[in-house]
Amino acid sequence: MKSLFTTIKKAAPAAAFTLALAGGAVLQGCSSGPGEGSATAAGVASDAAQAVYVAPGKHDEYYSFLSGGFNGQMSVYGLPSGRLLKIIPVFTQHGENGYGYNEESKAMLNTSHGFVPWDDLHHPKLSRTNGMTDGRWLFANGNNTPRVARVDLSTFETVEIMEIPNSAGNHCSPYPTDNNEYVIAGTRFSVPLDMKGGTADVSMDEYKDKFRGSISFIKVDQEKGDMELDFQILVPGFDYDLANGGKGPSSDWVFFTTYNTERAGSLKELGASQNDRDYLAAVNWKLAAKYAAEGKAKEMPAYYYHNKMDKDTHIAKSTIKKTVRYLLPEDCPGMMYLIPAPKSPHGIDVDPSGEHMVVSGKLAATIPVFSFSKMQKAIEDKAFDGEINGIPVFKYESVLKAEVPEPGLGPLHTEFDGKGNAYTSMFVSSEVVKWKLSDFTVVDRMPVYYSVGHLMIPGGDTHTPDGKYLVAMNKITKDRYLPTGPELSHSAQLIDISGEKMRMLLDFPTVAEPHYAQAIKAEKVAPNSVKFYDLAKNKHPHAVKKEADASVTREGNVVRVKMTAIRSHMTPDNIEGVQVGDTVLFHVTNLEQDWDVPHGFAVMGANTAETLIMPGATQTLRWVPKKAGVFPFYCTDFCSALHQEMQGYIRVSPKGSPVPISFSTGKKKPAA
Amino acid sequence: MKAYLKVLMMIASLSLGLLFLFPMWKIYLLAPQYPEGLEMHIWVNKISGDTDGALQNFNILNHYIGMEPIHADSFAELKIMPYIVIFFMVTGILVALLGKRKLVLSWVVLLMISGAVGIADFYLWLNKFGTNLDPTAPIKVPGMTYVPPLLGSKTLLNFDALSLPAWGSLGIGLAILLGGLVYFFSRSTVQVKSAKKVMA
Repeated sequence: MKSLFTTIKKAAPAAAFTLALAGGAVLQGCSSGPGEGSATAAGVASDAAQAVYVAPGKHDEYYSFLSGGFNGQMSVYGLPSGRLLKIIPVFTQHGENGYGYNEESKAMLNTSHGFVPWDDLHHPKLSRTNGMTDGRWLFANGNNTPRVARVDLSTFETVEIMEIPNSAGNHCSPYPTDNNEYVIAGTRFSVPLDMKGGTADVSMDEYKDKFRGSISFIKVDQEKGDMELDFQILVPGFDYDLANGGKGPSSDWVFFTTYNTERAGSLKELGASQNDRDYLAAVNWKLAAKYAAEGKAKEMPAYYYHNKMDKDTHIAKSTIKKTVRYLLPEDCPGMMYLIPAPKSPHGIDVDPSGEHMVVSGKLAATIPVFSFSKMQKAIEDKAFDGEINGIPVFKYESVLKAEVPEPGLGPLHTEFDGKGNAYTSMFVSSEVVKWKLSDFTVVDRMPVYYSVGHLMIPGGDTHTPDGKYLVAMNKITKDRYLPTGPELSHSAQLIDISGEKMRMLLDFPTVAEPHYAQAIKAEKVAPNSVKFYDLAKNKHPHAVKKEADASVTREGNVVRVKMTAIRSHMTPDNIEGVQVGDTVLFHVTNLEQDWDVPHGFAVMGANTAETLIMPGATQTLRWVPKKAGVFPFYCTDFCSALHQEMQGYIRVSPKGSPVPISFSTGKKKPAA
Repeated sequence: MKAYLKVLMMIASLSLGLLFLFPMWKIYLLAPQYPEGLEMHIWVNKISGDTDGALQNFNILNHYIGMEPIHADSFAELKIMPYIVIFFMVTGILVALLGKRKLVLSWVVLLMISGAVGIADFYLWLNKFGTNLDPTAPIKVPGMTYVPPLLGSKTLLNFDALSLPAWGSLGIGLAILLGGLVYFFSRSTVQVKSAKKVMA
């Protein structure tokens, strides 16, 4: 079967797509039954177990951050073991710890469309210093309701989410420049902008005239990481798919793949696949920033949310931004160019030298590699072939360096090992292909199971890749693991790329759908990991720092419970005087100052998730009791030997009841 | 008394200053859940730990067995001891300036007695905390007491406790040693002097 597959592959380039689909059918038809995947053992290194074994109590060499795709979260895995270390909630409510449910974090999910408790998280990108990952922050995009988030890697918590105006389908996002000067976000769906901060109510027939895309330039505070939307470039109404920044000589530039340059408004599957060439857009971000600073930017009304978690209070706060600045390419000569690229390109990846721009065209028979130095020359020589919206279009050959012949089918993404090799994922032929940047020839192939999307090498998108491992993130799992009903986890595969030949080391299931990942040496992150919050620095307005200060007070129909939690009791644990229909706010402060002693809090019947409180922090659970009675509450995280005893009762009386507010803990029993 | 002996005596009294810079004693705890360990530091004027939360963590663990919480305020010693140390430092310097052998001896002996009293007092406290347990404690192991070791190690339920003098105690040790040396060497010069007298 394998030889048949190879034959198909060899013959494929001419009629790549059709044959590939047939080949895929053959591949799947040949698989043996469940239990043993058909090609399970292919390419598995004989010492694979040893290569990925991290002994109990030992730590992994790398942290990897795999996006969760449609779960809106981020998964943290150790490499090479493939051990799941944590799931960081970003755009999605997380019942596990109360993120997006408790009063403090709700505001993180505010948008101009209201509270949006879910998103489609595609691309994690680590912050950078001098073009290398620095382990400070992780940026991530929300695709559906355009947002960019920042995760602080000292706490592994989402600390900032900013909505992107004039965008729809924030897929082409977020790409940091070499020193996080900007994080850049492009829109996948062009939309008719009303130039007042919304989309215009127009007929879809007017796509060609009215629809526009936008590229947002988010300025990042060098010390604190805080984001701010500096300006946008309003670009032709294509679909902007993916991007990547230049490096070294090309570090002032960022490149975007585009499709649907046909500007079809419907059945894009066909409509966007008519032109033989779409474009790679090249934007000089430094020049754009200069134009914006020098007054070329115009301002339009806008309406978008910017949510930040305060470090000292642990309370998220939303601010509404009401204007945005924008540049038009036609006003800004030299800022933007279009490079013709094979039909509907997907990934754009720049090699560590900054010279080669590799475009993976999912429908193309070859992988075109463009040259940055040729592009500079073409600008000088004005080797243009017309223009679109005032943006010069290069002649294909004037910028093309080479085409990688017969790479495989359905190339999507490329990363680099820093040793002169590139690795491209092939979705259709389900393999990772290694090729040389020196002569653009394929030197090795590794089958992956099945249909790889993104691939990732630690630092493989930076100046200095760490060419030891490659992680392939596969879209289809089928028979790879024990079956779990119709819905299966996606799979990741770890490949050793340290030698001439790739060696398959490990399979591990992933959470939801990883679209992309980042990895970084553990030593750049682990030493900064916070063990617990300093109680003395807790500035939450309702924090109580010792049991004696715990209180229950009524403010109209709001009852404020300022509670403390410490092994193994809550203070107060007997509360009376609450009435049906009151809003009870449990502000729980975890008094612990010890490593790994969170306390959880839940009350019977609360229409929300528990809240998990880290040592030294305060979190608030809102509860509106609907009926009279006695309701238990308890600690939900097994904190200590007497965790099961860490519980209490709250009495709810009918509306207007004379029962006064009272509270206690461990009341001394009257002498017998 | 020769000048170098006076200097030595001064160093002896100043070395007591170490008590203000370092803890006198450290108690280390190790348990399966505490791979990083827990340390209690006993100073001349306070009780602390390896982290800001250490004392609270000791008290949280101890409350399960009904041990009284440990607070610096509960020990009058911590308020008195600094003055005693300062007293010894001041008198030590005076002794050095006066250069009287007998005073050196009295200073050293008094310091030794104080040290011994201190250790005895420490031992009594350990005993009090370890045995005076709340009868309503959640965890009661028949016949079990929780007296930490004064010196060396001991297993207390899931904890391995290790108790050792720390740098601060070295200050006392050094003061006694140096004071003793001063006394010893000043005696030999006197002997030489008197020998000379005899010969004369």
